Amino acid sequence: MAPPITPAVALADTTEATTKPTLLSIRNVAKTFGRNAVLRNVSLEIAEGEFLTILGESGSGKTTLLRIVAGFESATSGELWMESERLDHQPPYRRRVNTVFQSYALFPHLTVEENVGYGLRVAKRPAAEIAQRVAEALDKVKMTAHAKSKPSKISGGQQQRVALARALVNRPRLLLLDEPLSALDANLRRQMQVELKSLQREVGIAFVFVTHDQEEAMVMSDRIALLRSGELEQVATPREIYSRPATAYVAQFIGHTNLLQGEARSGGVKCGSLTWSASVPDGPVLFSLRPENVRLARAAASNNSTIRVRGRVIHQAFHGATELLRVECTGGLVLVLRTPTGAVLHSEVEIEFSPADAVLVRQSPERI
Amino acid sequence: MFSRAYKTVVTVPPLLWVTVFLLVPYALMFCYSFWLVSPSQLIVHSWNFDNYKELLHKTVYWQTLLRSMWIAARVMLFSFLLGYPLAYFLSFYAGKRKDLLYQLVIIPLWVSYLVRAYAWKTILGSDGVLNTLLQYVHLTKHPLDFLLYSPFAVVLTLTHIYTPFTILPIYAALEHIPRNLVEASHDLGATPTQTFWKVIFPLSIPGVVAGATFAFVLSLGDFLAPLLLGGPSGIMISNIVVSLFGAAYNWPLGAAISLGMLIIVVGLLFLSERLEKKWSFS
Repeated sequence: MAPPITPAVALADTTEATTKPTLLSIRNVAKTFGRNAVLRNVSLEIAEGEFLTILGESGSGKTTLLRIVAGFESATSGELWMESERLDHQPPYRRRVNTVFQSYALFPHLTVEENVGYGLRVAKRPAAEIAQRVAEALDKVKMTAHAKSKPSKISGGQQQRVALARALVNRPRLLLLDEPLSALDANLRRQMQVELKSLQREVGIAFVFVTHDQEEAMVMSDRIALLRSGELEQVATPREIYSRPATAYVAQFIGHTNLLQGEARSGGVKCGSLTWSASVPDGPVLFSLRPENVRLARAAASNNSTIRVRGRVIHQAFHGATELLRVECTGGLVLVLRTPTGAVLHSEVEIEFSPADAVLVRQSPERI
Repeated sequence: MFSRAYKTVVTVPPLLWVTVFLLVPYALMFCYSFWLVSPSQLIVHSWNFDNYKELLHKTVYWQTLLRSMWIAARVMLFSFLLGYPLAYFLSFYAGKRKDLLYQLVIIPLWVSYLVRAYAWKTILGSDGVLNTLLQYVHLTKHPLDFLLYSPFAVVLTLTHIYTPFTILPIYAALEHIPRNLVEASHDLGATPTQTFWKVIFPLSIPGVVAGATFAFVLSLGDFLAPLLLGGPSGIMISNIVVSLFGAAYNWPLGAAISLGMLIIVVGLLFLSERLEKKWSFS
């Protein structure tokens, strides 16, 4: 399921985004529908010009959070601030926030160009300005040729572009995108990911992008906010969230991982038959070890900082450039490793990894 | 997919029904409209256009037709003015009470037309509820006589009777508007009023056209309300048809008027169909 992601250098890179001024801050937002808590105490800051992705499974509350920012839902508690302005007291039509809806929500009775000009018309801009800005926006999304068409006469991908133009033409401070690519087929989707990202760089407007697709989040975002059952698990750059997952849930949700459960005692860690030294507090510990950080050992033991273990290949999956091997180690531990070379199924192999690549993660608490 | 026998069984009865109860009577009416009544009160099967000539030359028919259309137009307008806000409220703001309120709109349709028409007679009569009340609170000294046996009474009663027919298609059209279009409009900076006029109303036009057509066509052909509440000044075209088929015993002329009405109504339905299509986008 997970795509082959280039192994990240373990060091977290400092984000460009965090140095920019904050545009929107979501403060302790909670939302309950009846007895059902959809969002609990979510706090998040979005910087000017940032591409932030809210990533989560269905039911994690990501769309609800977006709808609260847009103003279609009101939070049960908490505040929204756009710079020095309280946003959550304003109706949606006063917020300088525009939305690209999952189903695009183009007005069926208006042409493409009338759809794009809608926001400017209701704002009573002069006709000449409307015409010019609509033409520019349509040009930007390469839809000029379809200006006079009704939405029902153009394809899904084209509707998507129109929805984008209709939002961007108003020059919002913040653009919200609710799974806008989910209705497109895989190829068009990849193409739109690239286009959307470069468009965002070009216009410099902050994007908050909601998706359940971790690959999409990795490819497009400056930062990812991973939402789980209404709470934020981690907010970090794609690199950091991949190489330094904070919790077991994050490690498993983003890419493949091996979760090693063990026990720390006086400067050492014991996971099944494996032991290595690590400076972690005593007690039960959980490590995430990415498959690409586990290798097939070749020459005789050269570097004694690596952990080596013998095992048998019990499963093999071909992924093009790499292969995923499932190896049952002596002592019963099963490790998944990614290798460019592959190995024969059922063969005996020796595998190794560096303890530095095993990232200590928190056990994710059970949530309803 | 379905067997021949099955198709026959399901299609023949309705076809037969339509033929016997609709097409044959229309054909008979068509024939009658070209026949005449002899001075000895016998129907003469001699084909001619005399009935139609009489229709064109006698102003009483034209005046009555125009009055009927004017009454129907007012009923249509008032049904729309009353029905649209109610349908809009039902669809957008009724929340959990939606189903209950919808039933309340439908319930009057269960009550006999006659009962409702008589109810208005009781309310509007010179000793009626309304006049008694007005005099009791000293707003008027004498009973207001324009209330009953007037076009006013007919318009009022028909509006009461046909408003549910206007509400239902408008409500259906409003229910079909995807709510995210309303959200998109707000999102793009349109106030609720702007959203109503630029998104909701245009998308509800097919329902408005259907509802208005119902109210107009049903009112145009009505004969009970004018008969019971219209008085001499509230006579409508169908009353003339009824009397031509009854007391006057001039079936051929009655048939000719009916055929004329039929043509007008079919034309209206055709026009309304075109309008609805023009404003449908799904």
